[in-house]
Amino acid sequence: MNEPQRTAPISVLLGAIGAIRSAILPAFAIAFSGIGGGDRIWVALGVGLAAAAIGTLINYVGWRRLTYTIGESDIRVESGVMSRTARSVPFERIQDVSIEAKPLPRLFGLVAVKFETGAGGGEDLALQYLSAAEGERLRQLVRQRRDDEAAAAPADPHTRAAIPADETGDVLYALTPGRLLTFGLFEFSLAVFAVLGGLLQYADNVIDLDIGNVDVWRDWLEEQGSTVASLGPYIQAAAAVAGLFGLIAVGMVTGVVRTVLRDWGFTLTRSSRGFRRQRGLLTRTDVVMPVHRVQGLVIGTGLLRYRFGWHGLSFVSLAQDAESESHEVAPFAKMAEIAPIVAAAGFRLPDDRTAWHRASKRHRNDRTFRDAAIFGVLTIVTAIMAPTGLFLIPLGAAVLSVGVNLYAWEFRRHAIDAAQVYASHGFLSPTQMIATRMKLHSVEIVQNPLARLRGYATVHLGLAGGQFAMQGVSLDEARALRAAVIETIAGTDYSRLDQAPENQAFSGAQSGLSSNFLAT
Amino acid sequence: MDQTPAFASDKPLAAAPASGPNADAALSENEALTKLHPNYAHALRVQTTLMAIPVLFGALILELALRDGASAALGLPTGIIAGTALVIALALIIRVPARRYNARGYQISDDRLRVVRGLLFRSDTVVPFGRVQHIDVAQGPLERFFGIATLTVHTAGNHNASVALPGLGELLAREMRETIRAHIRRETV
Repeated sequence: MNEPQRTAPISVLLGAIGAIRSAILPAFAIAFSGIGGGDRIWVALGVGLAAAAIGTLINYVGWRRLTYTIGESDIRVESGVMSRTARSVPFERIQDVSIEAKPLPRLFGLVAVKFETGAGGGEDLALQYLSAAEGERLRQLVRQRRDDEAAAAPADPHTRAAIPADETGDVLYALTPGRLLTFGLFEFSLAVFAVLGGLLQYADNVIDLDIGNVDVWRDWLEEQGSTVASLGPYIQAAAAVAGLFGLIAVGMVTGVVRTVLRDWGFTLTRSSRGFRRQRGLLTRTDVVMPVHRVQGLVIGTGLLRYRFGWHGLSFVSLAQDAESESHEVAPFAKMAEIAPIVAAAGFRLPDDRTAWHRASKRHRNDRTFRDAAIFGVLTIVTAIMAPTGLFLIPLGAAVLSVGVNLYAWEFRRHAIDAAQVYASHGFLSPTQMIATRMKLHSVEIVQNPLARLRGYATVHLGLAGGQFAMQGVSLDEARALRAAVIETIAGTDYSRLDQAPENQAFSGAQSGLSSNFLAT
Repeated sequence: MDQTPAFASDKPLAAAPASGPNADAALSENEALTKLHPNYAHALRVQTTLMAIPVLFGALILELALRDGASAALGLPTGIIAGTALVIALALIIRVPARRYNARGYQISDDRLRVVRGLLFRSDTVVPFGRVQHIDVAQGPLERFFGIATLTVHTAGNHNASVALPGLGELLAREMRETIRAHIRRETV
């Protein structure tokens, strides 16, 4: 067990395939460019082979020199060909273990195992590739070791909270294929055009045909344009509408394809030690998040899906998820489905008793005035410089901005109760954030000159792994809020956060404070 | 449960003057902001001067380059560019450091550190000692000359990941570090 081990030997083969893949494009570039005259095919082949051989060799040596050891209290990885690095990660610092199976390794039954420590800058420990069984074994081991340490520590309330101890757990949320399709339709995306554009540009560089040349396009457009012009106006209009529908169709298909690739078989389960999320069609990922590592919640939505009552739930935690800051746990769900997940994470959704506070009216007025003034100046400039009538556009925008600002104010709200803080903003697609008071790290009140004059401020709360800000809070309220929050967090040391989610006597004292605060 | 005694012993000190957040806020907002070391104002002034020198040189070169050309053609008086730059620089060097110094301050109680800064853009940060991850005391060459130091506390939050408090007397900065560290140890053990 405590011997240094190597990753799976097939990793070398996979690395070599990667090297060949990255050698293909330069080889093609040489083959189609003017270098080397008639023999260039051979030159290209040589370059490709050499790149592949070097890549394979580097991979092999790297594989030979990388070993990992599971110790009593930590995982050690030693790596490096010329300069050796030994990294040790203690079990209790591991935020979560994620297992990722990309399509090619998946064929060989291999996975990449990543130990998230929450250290910034991608400094996480990753082992690729291990056999799926070994990956699962490692994960169990890490969890088990950490549990042992937790058991050694005094009175962990989580273990008392009667959760079924089996590893599979209850399914909290799953995306059925039908739901996935609906989700995909809302994930409308025109990214495919960007990809096409990129490909064209690449082709432009490689192939001799000069795509960037305007004349080529103008000729083509004129040719097409004259064809279009020869048709009647109705047919032109019909063609335009058809084009628009085509665009929408392409966007929707892209959305569906991307969503299916990413979220196929999305399952969120609640097991003894945390949440487990599995998803992906080709690249399958499997992430476990300990409950006590969840720092906050973000409930987001989209412009259109909000009208149909769809929301997405993410967990804010120190560990990074794929590209984004927080872990998506229910990307597309009704509020009724989100509520049990929120409860399982130990949070509470705001309800009727939540005393929401709006942003200060002065803040609203100032914003409205500022935006209107910008468009107002534009209107005057346009009225003087541009042809008559054009100034109506910025004028319309000014009026619209006033309306939008007044309406958006209705949605900029914040609240605080005995255990949590809430903030919500956005008028077309409201985003809601919830954080535990106990798990905040600092409170900052920021005021710009105007805000000082008018007596409001922005409150920034230090949240590990995310941002939490309340805008346009009146100064008195901001100070009271800070006093209340600081009173909560000053009482518990950071190193106790994992163990002490609720302290009854303590939160009792706090509710007195916050009711006092709400009365202000 | 087990930290309640420690908390209870802190509580009378922290919230003794009055009950309720408002009274507490009123207390902490107005008075009681501790001023920084007086040398910090001098350090700020020297810093501003050092920054102004290249700008002044630039203005002078521009002035000389344009003396025969554009300035003469437009009939601008000699020294319009360098003179303006000099006046602004003097204003910044004489007036602003003192005001910046006055705008800054801190407050340390037995479980939290409060840092206030900013002349135009005010920022007012409170970090409880229980959330401090690690503490730095740093001294640049200028700070060493003036016998002052910068205390930086780091938290795990993304916002305010590090809160810097410059312009403390060197000894005081070390003392404060020890205070905060002692508090962290007491809470944890």
